Amino acid sequence: MRGEALAVVGASGSGKSTLLGLLAGLDTPSAGAVRLDGADLFGLDEDGRAMLRAKLLGFVFQSFQLLPALNALENVMLPLELKGEAGAADRAAKMLERVGLAERLRHYPKTLSGGEQQRVALARAFVTQPKLLLADEPTGNLDAATGAAVIDLMFELNAQARTTLVLVTHDDAIAGRCGRKIRLVAGRIDGAG
Amino acid sequence: MRRLALRMLLRDWRAGELRVLALALVLAVGSVASVAFFGDRVRQALTREAHQVLGADVLMSADHAWAAEFRDEIARRGLAHAESMTFVSMVRAGNEAQLAAVKAVTPGYPLRGKLRIASGLNIPDAETGAIPERGVLWLDERMMAALKVRPGDTVELGSTHFRVGAVLTLEPDRGVSFMNFAPRLMMRLEDLPATGLVQPGSRIGYQLFAAGGREAVQGFEQWAKSRLGRGERIDSLENARPEVRAGLDRAQNFLGLTAMLAVVLSAVAIALGTRRYTERHLDGYAVMRCLGATQSQLFALFAWEFLLLALAASVAGCVLGFLVQALVAWWLAALIPGTLPPPGPMPVLQGAATGLVLLLGFALPPLLQLKDVPALRVIRRDVGPPRQGALAVYIVGLAAVFGLLFWQAGELRLAGYVFGGFAAAFGIFAAIAYGALRLIGRFGRAGNVSWRYGLANLLRRPRANAVQIVAIAVGLTAILILTLIRVDLLDSWRGRLPPDAPDRFLVNIQPEQRQPLDEFLERAGVKRPQTFPMVRARLTAINGKQVSAEDFSEERAKRQIEREFNLTYLSSLPVDNKIAEGAWFGPDDLARGAISVEYWIAERFGIRRGDTLEFVSDGRSFSAPITSVRKLEWDSMRPNFFFITTPSMLEGFPASYVASFHAPAGDALLTSRLSQAFPNLTVIDVSVVLRQLQFVMDQLIGAVQLVFLFALAAGVLVLYAALLATQDERTHEAAVMRALGASRAQILAAQRAEFAVLGAIAGLLGSFGATAIGWTLATRVFQLDFIWNGWIWLAGPALGLACVVLNAWVGARAALSRPPMAALREAQ
Repeated sequence: MRGEALAVVGASGSGKSTLLGLLAGLDTPSAGAVRLDGADLFGLDEDGRAMLRAKLLGFVFQSFQLLPALNALENVMLPLELKGEAGAADRAAKMLERVGLAERLRHYPKTLSGGEQQRVALARAFVTQPKLLLADEPTGNLDAATGAAVIDLMFELNAQARTTLVLVTHDDAIAGRCGRKIRLVAGRIDGAG
Repeated sequence: MRRLALRMLLRDWRAGELRVLALALVLAVGSVASVAFFGDRVRQALTREAHQVLGADVLMSADHAWAAEFRDEIARRGLAHAESMTFVSMVRAGNEAQLAAVKAVTPGYPLRGKLRIASGLNIPDAETGAIPERGVLWLDERMMAALKVRPGDTVELGSTHFRVGAVLTLEPDRGVSFMNFAPRLMMRLEDLPATGLVQPGSRIGYQLFAAGGREAVQGFEQWAKSRLGRGERIDSLENARPEVRAGLDRAQNFLGLTAMLAVVLSAVAIALGTRRYTERHLDGYAVMRCLGATQSQLFALFAWEFLLLALAASVAGCVLGFLVQALVAWWLAALIPGTLPPPGPMPVLQGAATGLVLLLGFALPPLLQLKDVPALRVIRRDVGPPRQGALAVYIVGLAAVFGLLFWQAGELRLAGYVFGGFAAAFGIFAAIAYGALRLIGRFGRAGNVSWRYGLANLLRRPRANAVQIVAIAVGLTAILILTLIRVDLLDSWRGRLPPDAPDRFLVNIQPEQRQPLDEFLERAGVKRPQTFPMVRARLTAINGKQVSAEDFSEERAKRQIEREFNLTYLSSLPVDNKIAEGAWFGPDDLARGAISVEYWIAERFGIRRGDTLEFVSDGRSFSAPITSVRKLEWDSMRPNFFFITTPSMLEGFPASYVASFHAPAGDALLTSRLSQAFPNLTVIDVSVVLRQLQFVMDQLIGAVQLVFLFALAAGVLVLYAALLATQDERTHEAAVMRALGASRAQILAAQRAEFAVLGAIAGLLGSFGATAIGWTLATRVFQLDFIWNGWIWLAGPALGLACVVLNAWVGARAALSRPPMAALREAQ
């Protein structure tokens, strides 16, 4: 459902990241199908999946995955530029302002703290107004306080944009803030709530 | 996409991601362009210089007066024009008389090069743009000495009296033909008719000189060639001055090979730079895939970025190349007389094409490989690009290099040799490096923690480290070739014409004159004259079959078979002769009799080893089998013989002797004294020719050395790129080690151990490579003696150790000066 938040929890190696990779069409399943916004992901070729990602998906990674050669603003501009959309710089700057980094536009990732880097990653994920946001342990590399702040920001942005959120975490407190929760054990759904 | 690519290029540049690659490219293009610029200009200058030995761009000779149509055509094509007539005549002064080689010239002669004259004997000479005034003669110093005259005196030529105007010290177009060995005299052509020397039936040579723009000259040459009649010919550099041509060819080979070396080295630097770039951008690529970029979009993005980079670097490189060569040309102005002709547009094209082809050749394969980077890499770090064989990836790059070599060399065989040589060297280097690392892994496990860790580090990535060793070894090979081997090669080249090379030849020495002549020369301070016996004989039969001029189609063969050859007999092989086939006379040959034949004469007469030759001399015939074929150095200025027999065969025949020696400096009258003491001897003075040849060779060597500098820069760049290739990884490892509690000293010691092994292996390989390439170049390409250099085996490893240790020191400081966390975070 649109705007809904789903938490995927489970121990290390239970298959959380694999599931996320399949949802995004980054990995290919040995059997079965994934339907995204009505389209059969694996009925498409790799470029078809990429275009679908560009249209529908936003990503937040545990290790941020900012491009080291680009500054904060350029990192956020990148998805817009790849889609060839106009006004990339303005939209990216506004987005960075919303995540509280208006003063940090020209900073390179290596000069930003972990929390700041993840906020740039959030800005990059939301700047294209995706229908679905996939987040892979977004606080995994952050200390508790910073992590909480990033999560607050993510839910706030999510609520404003009415984005559907799939959040992989092993933090039950964070999972508890999602509308639904599924638990993976050895690659199978052990319980849902 | 192009605009985004441009933005990405600028962003990468600003972030410092492209500096290594861009530097490699700019230097590569710069060195190729400057070699091309400079080579092009030097080549033009050298060709012009070489044309001085003809006195023109085109020299036409005939045994009768030239028809007016040739003069008209020269004028019609806007070429400069001059003429001369040459003949031999007696000159008188008082009671003295001397046979002189007379040259009567028109104003403007020579069109290329300058005459040099002096106002008296033993007075420094100077260039002149003039020719003798009317009623004036210029005599060379031997002529002055023979006639006992000085400038201002009067001499008689034919039926006219002339004033002696100056001492003629140099005629640039003086070749080595027989008439040129008589003392010389120059006059104005307008004065000739009055002497009455030109009569029907006089033996006179008529020369026509033309010079001008390259195209006009070539056009005229084409035009004239088809209209040459009997007794008329066009002299080119090839047939007029083979010894100058040989030097020029050698210099062009040196220059061309240097440029090729620069291409190969640049290719290695660019390959390393591209690898570093793509490795650093793997993650970015995966992220962009997650952000929804299609593969074709990303390929286009990177391809455009690289294309733009190649263009920018090519422009910068060409500008750099032009500036550098201009600087060098300015600095060289003293060495190369006259102004260098302006460079043509070709070098720019060559530089730009080199940059483009090299970058795309080496960047495209990794880019294509990037397409296979799974986007999943953003979630799982262990998923990398699928590993293909390094060779498969670089096939495009290798093809590009081969194409450039082919372009540079202009012929498939030489390009093939160079490419094959480097490919073989890479393969051998890689195998040895890999094997050595394995060996160290098995036996080198002793020592303290740092040493063990350092070695373990080497062995953890044997393939990557082998690649690095190969790259460093290639850089070192280039540097060693360009320093040590180069000096040896040039010495060997220069050694062909040492300052004490023989410059006088004595012909027709009678057996009873040998002793007094030796004593005369010793008193005159001549060191080590070389003497050969000479027996004149006609070749009458090959393998028992009588031969005559009709048996041969080639004009020169016909002429030679009708004349007598000069044979010599020797028991040991003369210096400068090399056996191309068979073996030099052994004890059996010396007992039975055998003949050794010169290579080209054997080709001309279609004879080979095993054939039996019969000669007739003094009414007696003798025959023997050919046991060897020799190659001679025609530019060595020593007496050379087509046929050499064993002593027993010819000792009974009447012989005269020929001697060569180097005249002591400052003895201008030695030749005259010799002629007076031994009136029957013919004294041939080649000192002027020799001086000219040595001057040309010095210039060539100077030019070649400068072009070497650029290739040297490329070699250093390869080293830099090779060392940089693993720096990221090392920085990260140092951070991890420090996080684990290692002290700075421990990390430095570990890196030193690792680099010491790396540097020593690479250095040894470099010494090996440089020696092998030097040997091949010397013996196969330049036909020079290879001088073994023991220092190279010390210099290679020392250089290898020095540069990796320096790098370790700089790299380690960078790694250690930052908090480990920063390095760790960056490496994630």
